[in-house]
Amino acid sequence: MTKFVQLLLQTLTLGSLYALIALGYTLVYGILRFINFAHSDVVTFGAWVAFAIAGALGWAGTGSPVFAMPVVMILAMAASAALGFTIERLAYRPLRKAPRLNVLITAIGVSLLLQNAGQLHALFGKDPVKMPRLLSEAPLFKVASVQVPWVDVALVVLTVALVIGLQWLVFRTKLGQAMRAVSWSEQTAALMGVPVDKVVSITFMIGSALAAAGGVLYGLKYRQLNQTADALWMLLGLKAFVAAVVGGIGNVRGAVLGAVLIAFIEVFGAGYVSSKLPDLFVFGVLIVMLLFRPAGLLGTATVEKV
Amino acid sequence: MTALLEVDNLHVAYGGIQALRGVSFAVEEGQVITLIGANGAGKTTTLRAISGLVKPTQGNVRFAGKSLLGVAPHRIVARGLSHAPEGRGIFANLSVEENLDIGAYLRTDKAGIAKDREHALTLFPRLRERLQQNAGTLSGGEQQMLAIARALLARPRLLLLDEPSLGLAPQIVALIFQIVKQIAKEGTTILLVEQNAHMALKVADVGHVLEVGTLVKTGPASELAADDAIRKAYLGVH
Repeated sequence: MTKFVQLLLQTLTLGSLYALIALGYTLVYGILRFINFAHSDVVTFGAWVAFAIAGALGWAGTGSPVFAMPVVMILAMAASAALGFTIERLAYRPLRKAPRLNVLITAIGVSLLLQNAGQLHALFGKDPVKMPRLLSEAPLFKVASVQVPWVDVALVVLTVALVIGLQWLVFRTKLGQAMRAVSWSEQTAALMGVPVDKVVSITFMIGSALAAAGGVLYGLKYRQLNQTADALWMLLGLKAFVAAVVGGIGNVRGAVLGAVLIAFIEVFGAGYVSSKLPDLFVFGVLIVMLLFRPAGLLGTATVEKV
Repeated sequence: MTALLEVDNLHVAYGGIQALRGVSFAVEEGQVITLIGANGAGKTTTLRAISGLVKPTQGNVRFAGKSLLGVAPHRIVARGLSHAPEGRGIFANLSVEENLDIGAYLRTDKAGIAKDREHALTLFPRLRERLQQNAGTLSGGEQQMLAIARALLARPRLLLLDEPSLGLAPQIVALIFQIVKQIAKEGTTILLVEQNAHMALKVADVGHVLEVGTLVKTGPASELAADDAIRKAYLGVH
């Protein structure tokens, strides 16, 4: 029972992390029909920039004030939103009308650039660092003799809040309506007076801010931040991407569902089947999904319109 | 008095292919002008160049005295020019109601929008029954109605209609043209592009015949409808 609750808790926290990252993939895909392969590097950037901000504000040690975490989080999200805006503006926008493959290759280029630039001494450097404890170590409560730490609760609560906020934005606001219109047809949206470039910019900024939230929470939970080109970051991004595809890429709810499912398979696979093969289970699910339901759980198969 | 829309020596090329080779015409306020011609004559290209979706290689477009060259499509809408695109171009992933909302995207006068929406739904009562429905589930005729209603919600001075009869049954075409006539009567200037020359010349004041990127004939719609060459080429009369 204890093990089960423990695994369930892990599923929830890891699923939240994947969800935050998967939403960025799905938002950008939804609007531009392209996979932003530099997205996982924005997650890395968010985590590292949070580390830098915490250091600059003198919260590197223990005993930082209660508002340290929200302040660092918001600043890191803002910095990452700025990064996302810049990437779209400089790298992707000039290719808006180019074949998809060109944009895809550019995205890989942007990803490599970020991974390598991050290792510069002037930026984050080549050595791993420890994220400061911005949240109390003490467990917040206990479930079936499993201690639930603050950071896990923060991860889940914040993710749920951000997902609800995003859902509201996409389906209840004028901006969300414009995003969905651009997603269907950029040209028709422009004919209705929708400023397409601005909507695309905002979408990138939202996706990048969510990625940063994921990165910061990752840092707070696992503490160690590897250098920006470390494969661990790529794997984190890749699994979130799998979550977005399994849930139905382009679909907000799907990304969340996919994230929880992927986390469940990874955690319970490692817990009850084999601790050596969690990645095999994750990518196995992707293959099965692509074979039998390529549009994903909540995705709708695209029908060619006449 | 200058015309509401002046198209002057418009040239458009797609890659190496010249789609328009010097098209000039004017639309006076309150008129219904139609561009008729066969498939590939450049009718849709003309509309796309006017609303900023394609850049002309040469020539100019002026709306209410001001050039539209280099102006982004969404800013052209703001000036009072609304384009209901070919193939209807409704947002199939949005509800009918949301499609109408998007039509009024740039407007902030809530009361005015509500009034225009009500009016559009009076013109197309079928849309009222389907407000909450996904627009992708509408029939072809209903989609065309939605495209026109949506364009009207921008409260345009000039409405560009691209092939509203495309792929629709004759009764629906008749119904849609009747409403187009009604919209014109209420004071909206209309530039109508059509392959269905018969219907287009019935509602228009002035017609232009477009052939491989050039205007080959211009005149009052009733005269064009009676012209032997046009009757043979476009009206299926032998």
